[in-house]
Amino acid sequence: MSDKVLTIHRVSKTRGKLRVLDDVDLSLSPGERVALLGHNGAGKSTLIKCILGLTRFQSGAIHVGAAQPGSAAARRDTAYLPEAVSFHPALTGREQLTLFAQLSGTAADVPLLLERVGLADAMDRRIGAYSKGMRQRLGLAQVLLGRPKLALLDEPTSGLDPISRQDLYAIIDELAGQGTAVLIASHALTEVEARTDRIAILRKGEMVADDTLANLSDLAGLPIRLRVRARENPEALAAHLGGNRVNGASIELLCSPADKMQALRRIAAMGEAVVDLEMTPPRLEDLYRHYAKEALQ
Amino acid sequence: MTRFLAVTRAELLILRRNRWLLVATLIMVLFALALTFAGSAPTGTLGVDMLTVSVASMTTLSVYLAPLLALMIAFDAIAGDVDRGSLALLLSYPAGRGEILLGKFTAHLAALAFAMTVGFGTAGALAAWLGGAGPDSHMALARLILTSILLGAVFLALGYLLSAVAGGSTAAAGMSAGLWLIFVVLYDLGLLGAVVMDQSGTFTRSVFPWMMVANPADAFRLWNIAATEGVAMASGMTGAAQALPAWAAPASLLLWPLLALLLARAAFQRVEP
Repeated sequence: MSDKVLTIHRVSKTRGKLRVLDDVDLSLSPGERVALLGHNGAGKSTLIKCILGLTRFQSGAIHVGAAQPGSAAARRDTAYLPEAVSFHPALTGREQLTLFAQLSGTAADVPLLLERVGLADAMDRRIGAYSKGMRQRLGLAQVLLGRPKLALLDEPTSGLDPISRQDLYAIIDELAGQGTAVLIASHALTEVEARTDRIAILRKGEMVADDTLANLSDLAGLPIRLRVRARENPEALAAHLGGNRVNGASIELLCSPADKMQALRRIAAMGEAVVDLEMTPPRLEDLYRHYAKEALQ
Repeated sequence: MTRFLAVTRAELLILRRNRWLLVATLIMVLFALALTFAGSAPTGTLGVDMLTVSVASMTTLSVYLAPLLALMIAFDAIAGDVDRGSLALLLSYPAGRGEILLGKFTAHLAALAFAMTVGFGTAGALAAWLGGAGPDSHMALARLILTSILLGAVFLALGYLLSAVAGGSTAAAGMSAGLWLIFVVLYDLGLLGAVVMDQSGTFTRSVFPWMMVANPADAFRLWNIAATEGVAMASGMTGAAQALPAWAAPASLLLWPLLALLLARAAFQRVEP
């Protein structure tokens, strides 16, 4: 536990008869960016609230540094961005962030932070007039207060347009760069792919995967998808290579990572009969589906 | 230890900006003035000055209005943050739940105090200027303002309690309306019914006054009436006040805010955002 910012050890939580979290293990080191993936209701938000000490769990242990969740020390070190956060509509962005700065006990440059998240023009307008994306940016600004050791972001991209998402991930990288461990709960799979160091997948309260993207794809052994376009006779091509016809002129075949080169050589040997070749490695979506399904058995 | 003041500052900004402060003050001024002038007729017959009569009228007004205004701010204090999803965020900060509650209470009480002082003060000053006032009636006015603030404090804290228990703004609003009705109207009706049934038996003589003073709204009424002879005469409520020791009503009205705040604090602790 010594060098870890966050350690979660065999945490279980039941709500009535429902097991919301089931023996969950997870740990984060300083500067690490970890994506916590799962469907709605998989337990992502509940796990985050357990880390914050906002909700009780029946067994297991959570430590933020060496502190108990919800203790003064843990709250000082943790920043949190709730899902679809909203603030009192009568306050301005500057007033709201000033309140948070005072509550956290840090002397922060509020206008600078608001500028950092792109709210420089709107900081003296009431939050009631903000768009959903602007409220999310304000929520993000308070995460940056006082150099937290751990940042818990619950669906940080919801309501953001693509450009804002770019900004968001730039800010996450900046946080990680200064040594903050960042846990990003999301179901926007494709985005977190390139932006995180590790991926943890929750399925119905169970942690079904926790590794780097590369390791997860190796472990899953998911097939690579090859799409070959024929010059004139897709039937003949399909008969020769195997695989299924798709959209008239193309066929699609799947092969394991180990067989990839052999398949490519066979396609190349077809010569003029092949016009085009498209290769898709397994995406996060496939992986996610794989691990979510595997846990079912 | 000044973190609760940050909450107070933000809450005061909110009250000022959503015009609650303006509207509440305006309501207080208008009602106080209307009652002062509508109730100024018996001055001659009772032989008391106009400010005394005005205070008696305003005491009756405050029993209804102080709890109502207090509940109107308080019902949203916790439930509103739960609805917006900002309570979880607020609680992830180093400030504790007690500090957050204290911060809100300080702001809300200050706003209530402002509305009460301006409202009753304006009407009182006008009554004194038009119909004269003695040192007794000045004391009565000061007492009215202070006890109204205390009564407001009770219902602020009870409002937080409901706001924590309800789990949502709409439910909290409904429960607050029910609470107001019980404390201000139904409780007295029930006691009245019991007294009528009892026909001046032991209940009426020994139990009834204590049951009455246990309700903060009635304690407020009794304190104001018992303390000034003129006000008691003007309001015609001397009987119940004389049956109790002088400390009973003040004790009830001073204990209620503390008790209600402790209950609200305990209920807030159990809220899982």
